Amino acid sequence: MMKNTLFALVFSLFSFGALAQEAPDALVHRVTEEVLDIVRKDKDIQKGDTKKVVALVEEKVLPNFNFQRMTSLAVGRDWRKADAAQKQRLAAEFQNLLVRTYANAFTGYNNQRVAYKPFKMAAGETDVLVRTEILQPGAKPMQIDYALELGERGWKVYDVVVAGISLVTNYRDQFGQEVRNGGIDGLIASLAAKNKSLETAKVAGK
Amino acid sequence: MTIRYGQLCRLRKAYLLAVSLFALAGGVQAGDNPRDPYEGFNRTMFSVNEALDQYAAKPVAQAYDTAVPLPVKASVSNFFGNAGDFWSAGNSALQGKFGDAGMGVARLLVNSTLGIFGLFDVASEMGMDRYDEDFGQTLAVWGVPDGGYLFWPILGPRTVRDTAGWAVDSQLDPVGHVRPVAVRNSLRGLRFVDVRTSLLPADRVIEDAALDKYAYIRDAYLQRRRSQIYDGRPPRLDE
Repeated sequence: MMKNTLFALVFSLFSFGALAQEAPDALVHRVTEEVLDIVRKDKDIQKGDTKKVVALVEEKVLPNFNFQRMTSLAVGRDWRKADAAQKQRLAAEFQNLLVRTYANAFTGYNNQRVAYKPFKMAAGETDVLVRTEILQPGAKPMQIDYALELGERGWKVYDVVVAGISLVTNYRDQFGQEVRNGGIDGLIASLAAKNKSLETAKVAGK
Repeated sequence: MTIRYGQLCRLRKAYLLAVSLFALAGGVQAGDNPRDPYEGFNRTMFSVNEALDQYAAKPVAQAYDTAVPLPVKASVSNFFGNAGDFWSAGNSALQGKFGDAGMGVARLLVNSTLGIFGLFDVASEMGMDRYDEDFGQTLAVWGVPDGGYLFWPILGPRTVRDTAGWAVDSQLDPVGHVRPVAVRNSLRGLRFVDVRTSLLPADRVIEDAALDKYAYIRDAYLQRRRSQIYDGRPPRLDE
């Protein structure tokens, strides 16, 4: 009896540990399917209700992203020139821009399916790439890869690569140009202006 | 060969020559981005292309997209995909990837027969993957440097190496050997519309995402090509 209880206790501790550190491929699989499931059932999202999409992304997707890391990757060498407050504002504006831009990808959803490529990870690895493919009738399959890094709070996505194009590093030259023109604050201002124009365009478009 | 290709081909050559000369002239005022030495020229061509796209190519693609039912559009894409599979397999072989080359030929055989002249992509449904290869990628595998980025009107982004690759690809393009010429030109037009239509969903994303549309497209193109050259598994660049 005693032995059994102990066994149950140890077992539950183990499974708790496993939950706390979900494997990166399992994480991508779970979040993708959760999001797709919601989109499949929600007619408003399919019709292009941006507010609802953004809410969904903020609730389900963003907690699994490390935006500070993403932003540092997008900014590149100039990241070191930014102080803590600037870094925070940069990350917030960049997150806003990416969410606004790619939230639209969920609208107009029809019959896409996601295929998960076989995933292998060496023991102790802390930086991995999880590969998926979006399959859609009448279109070529689209490759989407997620780069994840293991931190204190588990695996977090720090780059998304669509058809070989990193959505993060694709900004490096543009950001570098902004920093050359107006410093870190200039870059923050340009991003804020861009986000503002997207917001007003959406209101006007409605 | 040149004479058989007729007027269209000569026009294309004249166009190539003209743009090359412009490119050289533009190169005199080189920019500061080492990957984009002809930036001044490229930006001019980019705005020419934006105008052409806005008033001609994009409206046609949008009309095609709304008017034509999905199965027909899919068949059109499959047909041109199939027409490209043979030379794609040839490029796999030129790069020493004989397994992929064999798969490409098998795909061609399956789709040209079971898939009724390529209208249906049966091979993909059977799990036979397509390896998109072209001569630009072959040149890269052979160690030819990219020669800098160029933006061409109508053709869009190409590095100097990819422009040379494209010139070879278009000589070996089966559509280029179709007779009569009227049918060939209609096929070329349809293929252009098919490609432009496939890019429509990306338009909105690029408009929204880019701080500088020209730079966004350039860097996306260069990343995409790098990925293709490494068959979808490029080594990560230093941060």
